[in-house]
Parts: sequence; structure tokens; C-alpha cells
Amino acid sequence: MSIIKFLDEFTNESMLEKKSSRRDIFGTFGSLGKKAALAAIPFGLAGLTSKAHAQTMGDPVSALQLALTLEYLEDEFYDLALQSGVITDSAVETVYMKISQHEQAHVDFLTAGLTNAGVTPVEKPDFDFTAGGMFDPFNPSNPDAYAQLLALAQAFEDTGVRAYKGQAGNLQGSDFLTAGLQIHSVEARHASEIRRIRGLKGWITRDERGAGMPAATQAVYDGEENLIQGGLDVTTLGSGPAFSVDASTEAYDETLSGDEATAIASLFIVS
Amino acid sequence: MKKRVLKVHQPKQRTSSKRRQFIKLSGMAVLGSGLLMACSDDDDFINPTPNVFDLGSGDLGVLNYAYALEQLEADFYEKVVNGSYWASASSIEKQVLQDLYYHEVNHRDLFDTAISAAVGSNTNLKLPSLEFDYGSLDFGSRDQVLGTAKVLEDTGVSAYNGAGRLITDPNYLVLAGKIVSVEARHASAIRTLINPGSADFAGDDVVDPVTGLDRAQDPSEILSAVGDTGFITTPFTANSLP
Repeated sequence: MSIIKFLDEFTNESMLEKKSSRRDIFGTFGSLGKKAALAAIPFGLAGLTSKAHAQTMGDPVSALQLALTLEYLEDEFYDLALQSGVITDSAVETVYMKISQHEQAHVDFLTAGLTNAGVTPVEKPDFDFTAGGMFDPFNPSNPDAYAQLLALAQAFEDTGVRAYKGQAGNLQGSDFLTAGLQIHSVEARHASEIRRIRGLKGWITRDERGAGMPAATQAVYDGEENLIQGGLDVTTLGSGPAFSVDASTEAYDETLSGDEATAIASLFIVS
Repeated sequence: MKKRVLKVHQPKQRTSSKRRQFIKLSGMAVLGSGLLMACSDDDDFINPTPNVFDLGSGDLGVLNYAYALEQLEADFYEKVVNGSYWASASSIEKQVLQDLYYHEVNHRDLFDTAISAAVGSNTNLKLPSLEFDYGSLDFGSRDQVLGTAKVLEDTGVSAYNGAGRLITDPNYLVLAGKIVSVEARHASAIRTLINPGSADFAGDDVVDPVTGLDRAQDPSEILSAVGDTGFITTPFTANSLP
């Protein structure tokens, strides 16, 4: 399946509505859990039963294909960043190398998982990290390259956190939920580190993209100002600074829908 | 002079309007029926320690479990920000620890309210406020404070990651997801305060370098580890959680 075709389908959320295919997907993911995930996940799967979640389940295959697309994006970004010669700070290089290792592992993990389930993984797209000329992050002669290289990393990591969270419902009841959560929290560790390298807090205040972030990245942060959790305005839980708007938005990360994550990723996808 | 510079007011009484707000949303009806089923399924279950609170089963059990962990984190950071290490810490460290304190108090009180809404008049199903004792832990020691914070945050990540599959209501799953990523952001920040310029923010001790997966542990493993710290002095059990 071509990446553009896949993303088109995801953008319409049409795959999520193909209820007739759900039974097949459950079948394939049953085997996926046994073959791929079980070998890699140390805890918990042995006790996991697949009963009774069918009513609320979405589409784990399309959720994982979207995840793989985002991991391809991140993986290639960090590879090119490390090769560019733009990073001269050895501490930052250490961080990028660790993140790069994880993103490569996520690509491998998702690719193997989908393949073992009998699903063809989406192809790796052609990326354009200039986003049509807006950025030039891997060019050492661009005086803004280093700042852009950090800003894009922040945008990708914060997007990753929100996108995985947005797919949790589609993975619920599948053997891949735990692995999805285990990748999700790694993206959050990455995001916190990159943000702090950039002089920001590791967490997101309101819907602020943070100093030095290009306006084009605002879509990553729209909606992060949400105060309603579980139907309740958390600023009304108590008084004092723990319930200020700032702290109440920082304390909870928000989801991105498949549509929203796709729109952000598409800025960097040529074909 | 010991001055409690940061006092967070924690209302003990939830207003009925707050409870109603929570009940209206996030599929509480599902939880309600789940509770009933759990009760009927468990007719032959005999609590081996009848005088000790048990977290319960299903979504309620997970909520009580998360509430216990968030109570511990919130209490720990309250001690930290009122302790002598924090008072003398760098501005960056102060900022991080103060933010973590605020976030954990917010999480704690959200679970407090969510569980109250879920159990309604059956308040005996809600985990009580826990009591804590940090023994010889020195809140004047940077190493001890940051080292304990690191353990608590990494434990929180692993606990939520492991509990996700136990959650039935998708609304609770998303809520847990919204919190666990913030715990992971905390863990990363604390680890970098301890070892700046390193790969420890996502070190091989917590993120498997081959799979790129963070840790995920069952409640029994987490509670065993937390029990070993001796920090929580109020006994409770988790007989219906894996």
C-alpha cells in the first residue's frame, strides 16, 4: 500500500468505519501478539485474554500503520540530523543518538509486528524535512539549522506522544495495547529531553508551542490547553497553584486524532 | 525556622455538583455495571484480610491503584518542596520539583473525585487517604531526593503502562494515557537533573534498547516494590488485580 493511499484512508477515518473487516483484524492480531509482541514484551501478556472487548474496539491495524509512518519520519529525521554535522554539542549528540536508536527500534518492532500478523506494513514515504522550503535543518551553512533541528525534534516528539495516545482506543483489547503504551511513554521521555535542551519545561503549558518554535508547528499544540478531564474542569478540584490553569494543563497531555496527526506528518511527506 | 512555603489546599468534601459532573461523562454507567458483575462473580471470594482495604477489581481497582500511587507521589513532593534541599536547590531544580508537586497533587485529587463519583454512596469501596513514613530518607540531600523522585516517576510510568490493559472503559484508558506521558516527561527531567548531558533520560535500565519499549509492570510487582520502600504505612491489598 502506498503511503499516500494509506494516509488518505486514515484522513477520512474510513478504515475505522469498516466494521465488516474487524473480525479479520482481530484474527490477525491474535497471532501478532503471540509471535512478535510476546517475544518482546516481558510482562503481562500471558494473562491477557481477548474476550469481550470487541464492542469497543477500533482498528488496531490502521492505528499501527499510522504509528509506523510517524516512526519512519522520526527515524529518518534523527539519522539525517546525526549525519548533517549541524550538531556540534556532544551532549546533544548523545541525546540524538539515543533517540535515534529508539526510533529505529520502533520501526523494526512495528514492521515485524505487522508482518507477522500477515499485514503488509506501509511503505516508507519520501520525506522532505524542509516542509516545502520552510526549514533547512541539515545544512551546516544555514545559521538557523541547529535551532531548526531542535525545533523539529520537539514538534515530532510532542506529536508522537499525542498521536499514540489518540490511538489507544483503537488498540484497546488487542495484544498491542501494552506495546503501544510502552512506545508512547518513550516518546514522552524524548519530548521532555528535547524541550529541556531548548530551555523549555519538559511539559506543555496551555497550548504554548514554546519560544523559538515556528508558527507552522502550532498544530502540534492546539488543544493542549484543555482543562476538562473525565468530564470535570480540573481547576475546580481544589485551590492553589496545583489547580492553576498552567499546572492543570501541564499535568495532562492531550490526544491527537488520526486526522490531526496525519495532517502534521503530511507537511513533511513528499510521496 | 521551618516554613511551609507551598501549601496546597486539599478539600476533603467533594461537592455533589462535582460528583454529578463526573458521573455524567466518561461512561460511569459502564463502570457501575462492571461493579455489579464483579460482585456477583465474586460470591465465592473471601477476603483473606477482612480488616484491610482491598483495591477492588476491574476499572475501580485500577482507579484505586492509580490513586494510591498518586497519593504517594503528591505526598513525597510536598515533603520535598518543604525540605531543605529544595530550599537551596538551583532555580531549574526548584522549578522542576515544584511543577512535579503541582502535577501530582492535581492527579491525586482527580482520582479522589473520580472514585467518589464511581462508588457513589458505597464509600467503603474507595481507597482512604494513605499515611506515609519516609524513615531515614533525608529531604536535605539532593542525591536522596532526586534518586527517590527518579524511582517514583519511573515506577509510575511502568505502573500505568502495565495497567492499561486492565482498563475496560476507553475513557479511563485515555485519562490514564494523558497522565502516564506526563509521568514519563517527569522521569526524563529528573534523570537529566541527576546525570546531565547523558542518555539517562531514556536509559537502557528503563527503555529496552533493542525494542525501544519502556517498562510495563503488573500491579502486584509495582505494589511489592512500593511496599519494600516502606513509604506507605496504611496497609491495603490488591487481591483482584494481577
